[in-house]
Amino acid sequence: MSARRSPLSSVRIRLANMVGRSDNTHGLIPRARLIGPIPSVIAVMIALSVMAAAAALALSNLAGNAQAEIAGGVTVQVVEADRTERERQTALALDLLRSLPDVVQLRRVPDAELHDLLEPWLGDNFAADSTIPMPSLIDIRLAGEVTPARLDELQATLEPVAPAARVDAQSAWLGPVLRAVDSLRWLALGLIVLIGAISIAAVWLAARSAMAANRTTIEIIYMLGASDDQIARIFQRSAARDAALGAAIGFLIGLAAIAVLARRFGALGSGMVDSAWLLTGDWLAIGAIPFIGVALAFLTARVTVLNALRRML
Amino acid sequence: MSAAGRAVVRFDNVGLRYGTDREVLSDISFTLDPGRFYFLTGASGAGKTSLLRLLYLAQRPSRGIIEMFGQDLITTPREKLPSYRRRIGVVFQDFRLVTHLSAFDNVALPLRLSGLPERDIARPVADILDWVGLSHRAEASPASLSGGEQQRVAIARAVIGRPEILVADEPTGNVDPDMALKLLRLFEALNRLGTTVVVATHDVHLLDRLPDPQRFVLERGRLAQDGGSHRGGGR
Repeated sequence: MSARRSPLSSVRIRLANMVGRSDNTHGLIPRARLIGPIPSVIAVMIALSVMAAAAALALSNLAGNAQAEIAGGVTVQVVEADRTERERQTALALDLLRSLPDVVQLRRVPDAELHDLLEPWLGDNFAADSTIPMPSLIDIRLAGEVTPARLDELQATLEPVAPAARVDAQSAWLGPVLRAVDSLRWLALGLIVLIGAISIAAVWLAARSAMAANRTTIEIIYMLGASDDQIARIFQRSAARDAALGAAIGFLIGLAAIAVLARRFGALGSGMVDSAWLLTGDWLAIGAIPFIGVALAFLTARVTVLNALRRML
Repeated sequence: MSAAGRAVVRFDNVGLRYGTDREVLSDISFTLDPGRFYFLTGASGAGKTSLLRLLYLAQRPSRGIIEMFGQDLITTPREKLPSYRRRIGVVFQDFRLVTHLSAFDNVALPLRLSGLPERDIARPVADILDWVGLSHRAEASPASLSGGEQQRVAIARAVIGRPEILVADEPTGNVDPDMALKLLRLFEALNRLGTTVVVATHDVHLLDRLPDPQRFVLERGRLAQDGGSHRGGGR
């Protein structure tokens, strides 16, 4: 026999074993016996995760932009049926508001803009119909947060010059919408967590199934001196490879879905939807999803195999 | 009987039971000296395979002490056992060749598992296949080998790593008398190189072929006698 090892190769083997890098386990179990549903499952999961993450991030941006836009925003309506009186009170209210130190921005909404806003509901010719009274609208932005106390104070200040004025915080109108958007965002995040859990379960089942199918070979190589780590490497390597394939496919599907949805929503031409862009950081987060998926598959396969080996042998 | 300090294997009052059944091995105590040749005999069901499983560390005992290579293996953590298993060559009764690997790759398994680089594997594997007369069948799959050829591949795999202990369970059970003798000579050659050899067999003729074998006899899970040699063994 000539199986004598040189001192150098013995040292190399010991070092390789010590750090768990001796990787001569390639081909010990045929790939055909390892491959399971992992690629297709991971592809679906990654595609769904990418879409859910894009939705969560876009909704988050939308909510952030909308909140920033309406922060400090207050609308003063002068609700008076008589046009002359309405214009008089509006002019006085504008003068008074301009003199207030905490009003940092002020704009009377032009009648034409009001008509444009109401046209979809009241029809093309409502502007010509002078019998429909229209309130005057004044958009103002206050310095700092708009609280009910400040609104009451503003209302009381306007009362002597414009008794028909009604003061509302813009956040009060958009609050329910933003809360709904926030719920959708959390729903998307919950969906991502759920998808992650399902992916882990799928890899766990696939790894256990592959182990059961190859039990005899595992027992033989174990008796010949294979360590748990060496056996686990066979399965974790296969799981990572399968997951990488699935992740790449799923990522492309997810990106395609985002592109299609972005085009559809962009076509709506809504100011609010237009603010639901994905920023560079968001794209980086989305780009990390397939890598996270592969890492999860790798770790799940490793932990599953190591636990199963302890029970099996 | 060897002094415990020199022994390569020491079993002390070892018992083994599977689940809650009665013990299949009871009060097993013996020592194995380095470089000696031992036979383990006994009727079918006497516990030979169970004892061998303890010897090649496939199983932990239910009680007792097992020391190998000067190490208490009862308290040795699981993750350290593979390094001890690699010092033990095993010839399984049913060969246990990996069916999808060629004869060459089966024999190379212990070297690959020990982390030897591929360039250092081909030569020793080819040499040992030649030694067991199977160099022409190196690329054959186990399914295409005869029983005797599979046996020789299993033996080549067991000895390729130059184990300190060789454990063989009925290694001549599937071969003709000529091949049995040839395999025994192969074990003897390995033994002369310093390997402790333990052969479980019920072939009494095999024992007669060695000049001075040590012999353990198992009867219903207990070591009955030290029948072959009067210089050591069971106690």
